[in-house]
Amino acid sequence: MADTLALNKKDFTSDQEPRWCPGCGDYAILAAVQSFMPELGIQPENTVFVSGIGCSGRFTYYMDTYGFHGIHGRAPAIATGIATANPRLSVWVVTGDGDALSIGGNHLIHALRRNVNLKILLFNNQIYGLTKGQYSPTSEVGKVTKSTPFGSVDRPFDPVALALGAAATFVARTIDNDRKHLTDVLRQAAEHPGAAFVEIYQNCNVFNDGAFDLLRDKAQGAHNQIRLVHGEPIIFDEGTRCVRLGVNGRLEVAAVADTDPDTIITHDVHGPPSLAFTLAHLSQGPTEPTCIGVFREVERDAYGEAVHAQIAQATERLGEGELEKLLHGGDTWTV
Amino acid sequence: MTKTVEERDRVVVRFAGDSGDGMQLTGDRFTSATALLGNDLATLPDFPAEIRAPAGTVHGVSAFQIQFASTDVATPGDHADVLVAMNPAALKADLGAVARGGSLILNEDAFQQRNLEKAGYTVDPRTDGSLDGYQVYSVPMTSITVRAVEPVGVSKKEAERAKNMFALGLVSWMYGRPTEPTLEWLERKFGSKPEIFEANVAAFKAGFNFGETTELFAHPVEVKAAPAEPGIYRNVAGAQALAWGLIAASRVSGLPLFYASYPITPASDLLHELSRQKNFGVITVQAEDEIAAANMALGAAFTGQLAVTGTSGPGLDLKTETIGLAVITELPMIVVDVQRAGPSTGMPTKTEQADLLAAMFGRHGESPIPIVAASSPSECFEVALEAARVAVRYRTPVIVLSDTFLQNSSEPWRLPDVASIEPIDPMFAHPNGAVFQPYARDDHGARPWAIPGTPGLQHRIGGLEREDITGAISYDAENHERMTDLRREKVQGIAASLPPLEVDDPAGDAELLVLGWGSTAGSIRAAVGRARDAGEQIARAHLRWLNPLPTNTGEVLGRYPKVLIPEINEGQLALLLRAKFLVDARSFSRVQGRPIWADELDDAIAEALRG
Repeated sequence: MADTLALNKKDFTSDQEPRWCPGCGDYAILAAVQSFMPELGIQPENTVFVSGIGCSGRFTYYMDTYGFHGIHGRAPAIATGIATANPRLSVWVVTGDGDALSIGGNHLIHALRRNVNLKILLFNNQIYGLTKGQYSPTSEVGKVTKSTPFGSVDRPFDPVALALGAAATFVARTIDNDRKHLTDVLRQAAEHPGAAFVEIYQNCNVFNDGAFDLLRDKAQGAHNQIRLVHGEPIIFDEGTRCVRLGVNGRLEVAAVADTDPDTIITHDVHGPPSLAFTLAHLSQGPTEPTCIGVFREVERDAYGEAVHAQIAQATERLGEGELEKLLHGGDTWTV
Repeated sequence: MTKTVEERDRVVVRFAGDSGDGMQLTGDRFTSATALLGNDLATLPDFPAEIRAPAGTVHGVSAFQIQFASTDVATPGDHADVLVAMNPAALKADLGAVARGGSLILNEDAFQQRNLEKAGYTVDPRTDGSLDGYQVYSVPMTSITVRAVEPVGVSKKEAERAKNMFALGLVSWMYGRPTEPTLEWLERKFGSKPEIFEANVAAFKAGFNFGETTELFAHPVEVKAAPAEPGIYRNVAGAQALAWGLIAASRVSGLPLFYASYPITPASDLLHELSRQKNFGVITVQAEDEIAAANMALGAAFTGQLAVTGTSGPGLDLKTETIGLAVITELPMIVVDVQRAGPSTGMPTKTEQADLLAAMFGRHGESPIPIVAASSPSECFEVALEAARVAVRYRTPVIVLSDTFLQNSSEPWRLPDVASIEPIDPMFAHPNGAVFQPYARDDHGARPWAIPGTPGLQHRIGGLEREDITGAISYDAENHERMTDLRREKVQGIAASLPPLEVDDPAGDAELLVLGWGSTAGSIRAAVGRARDAGEQIARAHLRWLNPLPTNTGEVLGRYPKVLIPEINEGQLALLLRAKFLVDARSFSRVQGRPIWADELDDAIAEALRG
């Protein structure tokens, strides 16, 4: 058993060799997670990684924690069982855009609604990788893939907006290759007492290379990442652009120079979800300036704790259940 | 006026009315009073899927049947001796359930033109001769009830609602049921609403007195207490017994009970019952769907809980992929399938046994699973315990097959001695310094159950094929075949721990074996008993474990020249046994959404003996 103080990356690294494609964004996320887990002070044996199907699903095998590689879309449900049965565990869900938003959409929204104490990392690469390149529920309209040779015609989900709509108590977005931002967001997610949803823009260099270049690329990102910081005015593009209040309460991107400073939005993660929701919809996708960071963070009772509190209350009120009494309750007769 | 008393061995009473008429409640109370008298009994609630179908229509008829006797009762009775029909629709729907010559007690007030039309009668059946051959008693139940309740001062609507208590009072008089249990129950239920309580008491007493004082009924009937083994008894329905069996398993294993389920008829009663038992440490989760419920249970199993998911046919379909995951991850999990009638939505409130092959084979790949089925409401308790014992010992999902009939019907149950229930040892894995091998096996073929929180035993499981012993992902051809064999052998190996199939063959040289499984046990027992009384030599056996089968199953089948297998499906067990043992087992099949009647089996047995 590793000592808390002595925990390091190795304690969270399994003996399995990662088998993603060379250059896949998943490597960077894995390295970041393995590196920052020791800082959380949670022992590997008290940590469970749960995943579904897709490239992201392999993540569990590379963490030297307890792990459950489930079936397609069901990771949030398996994880709900784990976290509800044993609220002392630190439970992480690793999923992808197809896994979480298509086949498993129902479990995702209900895990968020219940506020199960899960850290849900959604690797969004806007493509089906493991099945070799079909469009996904986050692919942009018109996406040409093997299954949509004439372009997709259906509108994508915005994962952040979806999570906010499901009343998630912690919603954030980060980027696979920005180690510092990624680690910082994951740390906040880990510390959040309840369901934490983190969308990670992840580059699939084989089937959808460059989808997030506008934000991932260092030079372009400097202009297009709208970094959200609680309590700070939302200003980006090296201080030249901002998010300001427009007509009818709408938010709009504008040049700082043309803007009355009083109309620049100050980010607030604790307020009503409407601000976060509007920020989520500020861009149509990662092809224009897009918000990253924590959108919303509020506290609400976590599901597992509430379940166990109810059991404790019932036990206090009714006394510890006795099988003999249960069977003999009601009308009995003796022969 | 004193009336003489007629003594009878057994009586079948059926209460039928609109689903809003409170017939299930009436039946329940009659059952309680009957149980307290010491009669043996069996009940069959029979209700529509619609919560409140249009009043007065045949679709909305809800019925409750009880057979009680001074001797052993095996079934709720093929045909009712008495039908209480609260309206024309109830008569129309249930006349076929009444024995010729039986009594019909009709609520005269409801037999008006409009109600007759709603029931689909063009002519009042009381006047056109269609009830010739029955003893018809027209009793103005509603109006007498309203008059009796008048002094209490409740609204006319509330007064009319009490007419089911009138019917209960009347039938209680007819069969000499004690009134105290019903009066006490009314007090418990309505004690806080004095007016409603008094109205129901007035209606109940009016019914009882109506029987006592009118000339309408010749005399009350007495059914003496049935001889029974000494012990403390209670009446129990299958849903309760199954829920309590799971709680018992949790207690004797020390594993907290985790039950995840999605509301579905008729399995919801399990969720309801377990949700009430929080002070037993039971976690119940009403999941977002059937698939989630199964996966939550599997997640809980991973953490070391006694994990159960319950459902009915359509839900079993949805859980299929997860059950496969439980097979390959080799985690203990119990899946309860309360079978209902038909494919798809079918007939949700009606019974059937047609999920056996789905339980057996309804998954892709080779994915063997132990299957156990209860044969009576009270047996659900033991079956739940056995399922838990096998699931935990062998680290495997287990399917428990119940059905609508078992779930809802009730019978007297001699309460088990709680202290004598054998403990279940979870045998969790503990670190021993060696490298942990999650797929190493013990002498039962079971792998270690290493739960999160245990230092040093971190490991990863999942749906991908595992390497033998190490549990690493493996695509190796030989390994896959070995793992397939190991999973099969493990499940087959359970048979060694099961009692042999017991055959009831008093003469020892019967020509015909009647073999059943599940809820047909009562009907088979009754029919075989009658055939024996008529001088036939017939053997009878009933399977509790359908997979694996008891080790002597083939030998038993081979012993009899003729084998008859009655099932509420189109011959699923017969198909399995024919395939496995090459026996010429004959199937008797009924799929009418109800139990097989014993008298249908009389004919089938006679034919099998001849043929």
